[in-house]
Amino acid sequence: MIKNISNLGDAALYCDFGNDVNREINLNVIQFFKNIKKSNIPGITNITPSYNKLIISFDLNITNFDKIKTEVEQLNFKNEIVNEGNLIKIPVCCENDFALDIKRLEKLLNLEKEEIYKKFFSKKYYCYMTGFIAGMPFLGDLSDSLYARRLDTPRVKVPKNSIGLTEQFCNIYTFESPGGWNIIGKTPLDIFNNKNNTSPNLINPGDTISFFQISKSEFEKKYG
Amino acid sequence: MAENYFEVLRPGINTTFQDNGRKNYYHIGIPFSGAMDNRNFVIANAISNNKKNSPVIEFALQGPKLRYKGDKVYFNVTGDVNFQILRKNKIDEGVCYQNLVLENNDCLDLISTNKSVYGYLSINASFKIDFYLDSYSVNTKAEIGANNGKILQKNQIIKIENITKKYSLNKLDYINSKIENIRVIKGPHFDYFSKTAKELFFKEKFRITKLTDRMGIRLDGPKIENIKYTNIKSEGLVKGTIQITADGDPIVMLSDHGTIGGYPKIGVVISADYDKLVQIPPGSKIKFKEINLKDAETIYKLYEMETQNLISKTK
Repeated sequence: MIKNISNLGDAALYCDFGNDVNREINLNVIQFFKNIKKSNIPGITNITPSYNKLIISFDLNITNFDKIKTEVEQLNFKNEIVNEGNLIKIPVCCENDFALDIKRLEKLLNLEKEEIYKKFFSKKYYCYMTGFIAGMPFLGDLSDSLYARRLDTPRVKVPKNSIGLTEQFCNIYTFESPGGWNIIGKTPLDIFNNKNNTSPNLINPGDTISFFQISKSEFEKKYG
Repeated sequence: MAENYFEVLRPGINTTFQDNGRKNYYHIGIPFSGAMDNRNFVIANAISNNKKNSPVIEFALQGPKLRYKGDKVYFNVTGDVNFQILRKNKIDEGVCYQNLVLENNDCLDLISTNKSVYGYLSINASFKIDFYLDSYSVNTKAEIGANNGKILQKNQIIKIENITKKYSLNKLDYINSKIENIRVIKGPHFDYFSKTAKELFFKEKFRITKLTDRMGIRLDGPKIENIKYTNIKSEGLVKGTIQITADGDPIVMLSDHGTIGGYPKIGVVISADYDKLVQIPPGSKIKFKEINLKDAETIYKLYEMETQNLISKTK
């Protein structure tokens, strides 16, 4: 579980679950996140889970570091780890206009594009965290043969809904944004729906994602 | 009169509706947002006799020019702002921190902020705007909040309702003090940096560059040399976090920051210095000063008491 709790500035707790990135540690983080959310400790303003850290922000007018740290340490959690995430299917169109970096990947990975897509679509991915920009999911793990480094110079604008790969992870750019991941396609689905006032995120930490390939005409007709 | 509204003659550089921000959405990638300079935001609402968290118009460097149509309405401007009210037969020079009147066809020209960045416009009435995820605050990156998540646009209309008819002579004598030293608590990755780099960080001055907005401040100064890892596994951020990029430059996360990031955190600006930090205009130099957690907590209490004291003085 938590290896160490320290302060991040004067208004946040930095909970360290270790340095490795794997599903077990991350499920611990997510479980902890959900339990703290339920606990209603006064003064907490935000809880941010990531691969192996959890940051708890609080309102200095209501509480302080020592108080929150003690309250968090005294919480009694169930020890069993249950993944309560959903399975979500995401269509992806891999036409050349959308697969901006497929040629780079063919060279870098020494694979034909058909093989890259076969490997990519044959696995299910786990959502470690969402964030950076609203709703962006960080998914893993890719098959070892698809590990590729970031672009040397990040793009100033990655088109909205692009699917990107880097190292063992893939993600979906929920908004047009700067970014350096290798883009292999685009989904017609809105992953973050800013018209939805209760639950704008389609994908949440702990969910499982399976991608499936669609043609350009399906992209335009079915979802256009 | 049937309707009361502002017509936007000039939108200004980065003019948005803000309240005190949204809580509890970091985990889906949505930062606090909210008024950058919280003290000037709460004072503006206090002078207007509004609820503490009422949305205001925040502007940066150059403010908007607004034509008012409707029944007489009172308003005030906070910050260090040059502004004028263009009336039928005369021009009134604006005075910050007091209720002033706008009548039908008057024009409010929020010309510029003076050696500072943010100013606030509050009215003794309410803006007719939309609420999203518990807040009116505009986040242009996620396109959420009032005004469809966008900055003010030229020629748009801002509807106003619930005008308070009674004038109250609320005012405050207040001068925004400027600071150069920004107090910082060491971050979790402080020891990723060389001994020399750590000394430079607290000894040298850094210039606030033009690459500065509601998301963050990019600083220019001596390179801060990393001796461990220039990238970490992405993890959560809070406002005030100072990350060091792979190039060795510090970036300070502000209210609209990305919720997670992959650069090492050398330190975090203390809560009490945040309002003053965001007001330092690009081109100015700042210096970081190390402080411990206990002192930071005490300084925050004093800062908050001072803010409450200023609020009580407005009445």
